[in-house]
Amino acid sequence: MGELQMEWILQGIRDAILMLLHGDKEVLRITLLTLKVSCTATLISIFIGIPIGYILAFHDFFGRKLIVSMVNLGMGFPPTVVGLWVYILIARNGPLGGLELIYTPTAIIIAQAVIASPIVMGFSVAAFQQINSKMKTQILSLGASPIQLMLLLVREARLGLFAAVMAGFGGVISEVGASMMVGGNIKGDTRVLTTAMVMEVNKGNPEVAIALSVILLALAYLVVVVLTINQQRGRSIQ
Amino acid sequence: MREILLAVKNTKMVKSKRVILDVPLLELRHGEVLSLMGHNGAGKSTLLKILALLQVPTQGNVYFKGEEVSNSNVLKFRRQMAAVLQEPLLLDTTVYKNAAVGLQLRKVDRKEVNKRVMHWLERLGVEHLAKYSVRNLSGGEAQRVSLARALVLEPQVIFLDEPFSALDTPTRESLLAELRDILYEQSMTAVFVTHDYREIPQLANRVVELSQGKILHQGTPEKVLKYKLNKVV
Repeated sequence: MGELQMEWILQGIRDAILMLLHGDKEVLRITLLTLKVSCTATLISIFIGIPIGYILAFHDFFGRKLIVSMVNLGMGFPPTVVGLWVYILIARNGPLGGLELIYTPTAIIIAQAVIASPIVMGFSVAAFQQINSKMKTQILSLGASPIQLMLLLVREARLGLFAAVMAGFGGVISEVGASMMVGGNIKGDTRVLTTAMVMEVNKGNPEVAIALSVILLALAYLVVVVLTINQQRGRSIQ
Repeated sequence: MREILLAVKNTKMVKSKRVILDVPLLELRHGEVLSLMGHNGAGKSTLLKILALLQVPTQGNVYFKGEEVSNSNVLKFRRQMAAVLQEPLLLDTTVYKNAAVGLQLRKVDRKEVNKRVMHWLERLGVEHLAKYSVRNLSGGEAQRVSLARALVLEPQVIFLDEPFSALDTPTRESLLAELRDILYEQSMTAVFVTHDYREIPQLANRVVELSQGKILHQGTPEKVLKYKLNKVV
């Protein structure tokens, strides 16, 4: 690594700390929007991914394996491809154009939820399938209703499900292609940390981009720490 | 003669186009301890699951207290039963919470839950483990918790699917003796699946022997075991 790059990194870290200490309004706004958009998208993906993952793990029906393979394919969807399809759907002349969602934070949430849902779903299927296959029968024998059965199995699979949520969150907070395509990186409206970083690099301000990347990493880490504490609660290595 | 608690009629179970169970009629009366015996693949566990309303037969009906079991009433009837399977299958939480889960699912008052859970944990000698995670239990302790979890429900009928087969001989014998005392103290109706003929006289007052999904013999333990011994000689 050259001296110049090292200088950029150190400058970037210093700037990131200063931006946060001085309460730079634009940076705070971008950071909060990033948190809001990615957390909302992850939350939506939990409500979609976990119940469908549960059905795929515990119910046998025609075409189940095909659906599981499609979900697994979806886990690796390039965000730019998702962004493009969501753009086609919600663009002014698209089928959902009348909703006027394009270039709004809602558009970014939709695209990110589409990215995160198969990730959460795929990991959820694996998490549920790790439970002893007889556990479902045992819980039913205790008098559980279908909803109580699902809640108890979710609790049993919580370690893997938290990993699913972290993977989903990691997938959306770090993506830039979809947010750029459907959000448009509009200052004061749809600019998030990743799109702002791309813009700063293009403008020739790599040290600002590095400062934003430090903030992004700190933000992602903060969320992951909260999830990890919950995931690891009560666990000790024997 | 005591009234019929549970019955299966014209019951067939088909798996991969093969009939794995074919029972025209089996009745279980109040207070009876029925042992299902037979070799591997005889259909014992399938019959137990059908009786415990944990599996729907391909054909035939199950009756609980004379009422036909259907989708709309299965939960109500299942909540009057309990099952202990071969593996303890405890939830990843504390011993107390495991024993309490069935009552909590029934939304039983917290004081009543505590009273019943502590009574049964004590009766089975695991009350000192109440606050501990089930991850550190031995096989015998885990199966005691599993038994307590079923008994706190004070079920009309308890199903036991080879519950002690994975345990060492001293632990198995001690648990078997405790279970026998409990069943007779509580006058509890039970269905008990076993491979081990020696367990039958200790627990059961009626035996059904299954072979290739069909009832081969049924009667008192003495009668069925005598028949088997004669056959061996």
